[in-house]
Amino acid sequence: MSASRVQGIVERAEDLCRDLRLESVRRWKEQNGGLAIGFMPIWAPRELLRAQGCLPVGIMGGGEDVEIIKGDAFYQSYICHLPRSTIELALGGSLDVLDGMIFPAICDVIRNLSGIWKLRFPERLAYYFDSPQDFDPQIGGAFLRRELEEFSHALVQRGARPLETEALRESLAAYNANRARVQALYQLRRDEPWKVPTWELYLLQRAGLVAPVEEHDRMLDEYLAAIRADESRRPLDQARVVLTGSFCEQPPLGLIKTLERAGCYIVDDDFIQVGRWFKNPASLDGDPLDNLVNAFLRDSLESPTRYEEQGNKGEELVRRVADSRAEGVLFCTPSFCDPALLDQPMAVRAIEASGTPWTAFKYAENNGQFQVIREQAGTFADSIKLFSEALSP
Amino acid sequence: MTIAARKDRSQERQKQMIAEHFQRLGRARESGEKCVYTFVPGNLTELLRAFDLLPVLPEINALQSGMRGKSREYIGLAEKLGHSEDVCTYVKCDIGMLKSGNIGPTGERLPDPDLLLLSYTGCFTFLKWFELLRQEYRAPTVMLHVPYQADGQITPSQREYVVAQLKHKVIPALERVSGKKFDIDKLREQLRRSAQAEDDLVWVLQSARHRPSPIDAYFGGVYYIGPIFSAFRGTQEALEYYRELREEVAERIALGLGPVTPDGPLEREKFRVVVEGPPNWTSFREFWKMFADEGAVVVASTYTKVGGTYDLGFRHDPDRPLESLADYCLGCYTNLNLPTRVDVLCQYMDEYSADGLLVHSVKSCNSFSAGQLAMLNEVERRTGKPVGFLESDLVDPRYFSAANIKNRLESYFQMVAQKRAAAPRTEASAP
Ligand code: SF4
Ligand code: SF4
Repeated sequence: MSASRVQGIVERAEDLCRDLRLESVRRWKEQNGGLAIGFMPIWAPRELLRAQGCLPVGIMGGGEDVEIIKGDAFYQSYICHLPRSTIELALGGSLDVLDGMIFPAICDVIRNLSGIWKLRFPERLAYYFDSPQDFDPQIGGAFLRRELEEFSHALVQRGARPLETEALRESLAAYNANRARVQALYQLRRDEPWKVPTWELYLLQRAGLVAPVEEHDRMLDEYLAAIRADESRRPLDQARVVLTGSFCEQPPLGLIKTLERAGCYIVDDDFIQVGRWFKNPASLDGDPLDNLVNAFLRDSLESPTRYEEQGNKGEELVRRVADSRAEGVLFCTPSFCDPALLDQPMAVRAIEASGTPWTAFKYAENNGQFQVIREQAGTFADSIKLFSEALSP
Repeated sequence: MTIAARKDRSQERQKQMIAEHFQRLGRARESGEKCVYTFVPGNLTELLRAFDLLPVLPEINALQSGMRGKSREYIGLAEKLGHSEDVCTYVKCDIGMLKSGNIGPTGERLPDPDLLLLSYTGCFTFLKWFELLRQEYRAPTVMLHVPYQADGQITPSQREYVVAQLKHKVIPALERVSGKKFDIDKLREQLRRSAQAEDDLVWVLQSARHRPSPIDAYFGGVYYIGPIFSAFRGTQEALEYYRELREEVAERIALGLGPVTPDGPLEREKFRVVVEGPPNWTSFREFWKMFADEGAVVVASTYTKVGGTYDLGFRHDPDRPLESLADYCLGCYTNLNLPTRVDVLCQYMDEYSADGLLVHSVKSCNSFSAGQLAMLNEVERRTGKPVGFLESDLVDPRYFSAANIKNRLESYFQMVAQKRAAAPRTEASAP
């Protein structure tokens, strides 16, 4: 009974994830009348959007389901796949339902995609959201606050309601509650990975990119209840690994399943980080806009796209490995992803210094063949298990 | 004095300036001079010089390694050490050079940095590059984050943010490393000289409006921007260099001469083109020669604006020292959004009476390359002039396919010639 309940929820999430024409967003607009604003990876101020009556819609490229016809004419072969499938979606009308797009400041490709948007769709809102790399509240914080205010104003000009303090506070609370649920699922997967297969968790997070936050909450609650009740999920002898490098262009679902079938329990990852970007709840006391700014400055996840003022790159990855009691690391990066691939040697250095085994491979979101990766991940998982068996008394 | 002798003088002066700078760097440990590694776009040379600090520019070292035939080995070494084949080859070339003893272009060993000044303008890779170097050198790092001109203009908020970082982060870091107090008058003096040299550089670049153009604004242009884009902006030497260069170019115009190419002076200017994108450095002369063989002169290029868009009107301003440094950083070419880059290209096509646009797209550089195809189409749509697309890399010789590029160039210029032949007579016979 619970197994089929789980299946039903996951299927619903997968439907949302594969709904490339954003029909659910269209329905939301018909019912609610607000603006739907798309955002590219990794982070966008969803709290602010919601407070102004907008639906934030995460766009992670076209994935494996989009046939690239026009997108390749926009991008050279040595540029990652995500922007070409995103432009394909836009040119094919899939994103017409969106009233605007946010391009967060994470890399030159997304940055320049904002320019392509301006050239191709001059009538649409194409907002490059510049977040600071200086994390001093008086400097970077002041800049971020002004950015948020300007963005809020741009939304009002497009028909959103003005930002009100109470609405923003309530929105911070709503996303705090949502993050708490996502984090609880991540914790449960760390503790009992056989209960929360990563491909399911992944789909649930994808659903959260398009569903309104309350609907996503309900979905997460139902899922949590269903898997807790599902007695059929039993531990297997798999290697515990942390997967890193997949924060922007997403791997095809088949790749995630392949890794799990090859003998890996993914006990931590960096897929779709927007739902977990703040490590702790944003404060609800005082000025909520300041609280949003402070959460970004002080409480964001480590990311290759974010400058590390102190310490060494990779230290947080080492901590994540320890916290999740992982036995190995998979560097799973999109081909031609500058931030991930430039970061990797530093992360590898830290991981090697900690004595943790690792392996690395690349993908594109539309890869259909996983044979090589299956063998690589399988060999990696086997070697970890053999090693831990050899060590056990 | 003959024109050849005059030409030699500016080139010789530049060579000497560079040699002396590297010698000074080579002696820095004994002389006690402090070195700051930083980047070309958004460089704060005047500010560094106001603290008597010596700039080192890893990008320049990488391109020099490319020209000296060293980059293949350096990149190979970096890849062996785990750096991905997919990423910017400047970074790998620099890491490889560091791991091979950090010998600079003039044969001197470069000093380790006393400070890494991460001026983060127009490209996200800079951030990663200095994070990587910080691990190698264990040097202190100070970041200057320069927001992107996403809407084609500098906003007061962006300027305020950059100035605040200069005041509260960068200047204190420079004071610490140099042991000197910040002297704003010394900075003003440097900025005054910068503005004068910038006037002369713009004059030189805009001399390409003449027919025939006395300069090549891409292949020749990279030499002209050398001092102002690197360690010399704001110095007396740079001022003199640009004054001399201007005089030489004025003389070429008076004599009706075209540019000097690898094979000597170009006898007949057949095609005038605008080029978008950086050059290839490993086959620089061969690449240039392919243009010259076709009688093609590059009359304007965007690469010569990565270290400052002076021809679009910006000047360093001693009366607004920090604000003008902020505006400088914010205004570098790759920090402009794509629509502005398209506007600049269309403006160049018109202003320099170009026959067409060529995009040289380099694998390394997403900052330049991501979106270039869309830009190309837009420029073609707006100007109706022929556009062409070439691909290679900055310093990885594996991506420079001479035969392929030559073929493409030949077909491109054939197309330009055909289009010109088909054009109404009024255009062909215009003075
Ligand atoms: S996959 Fe990497 S390079 Fe491509 S858009 Fe995302 S962050 Fe940028
Ligand atoms: S990506 Fe481009 S701008 Fe950035 S460091 Fe490399 S060559 Fe320079």
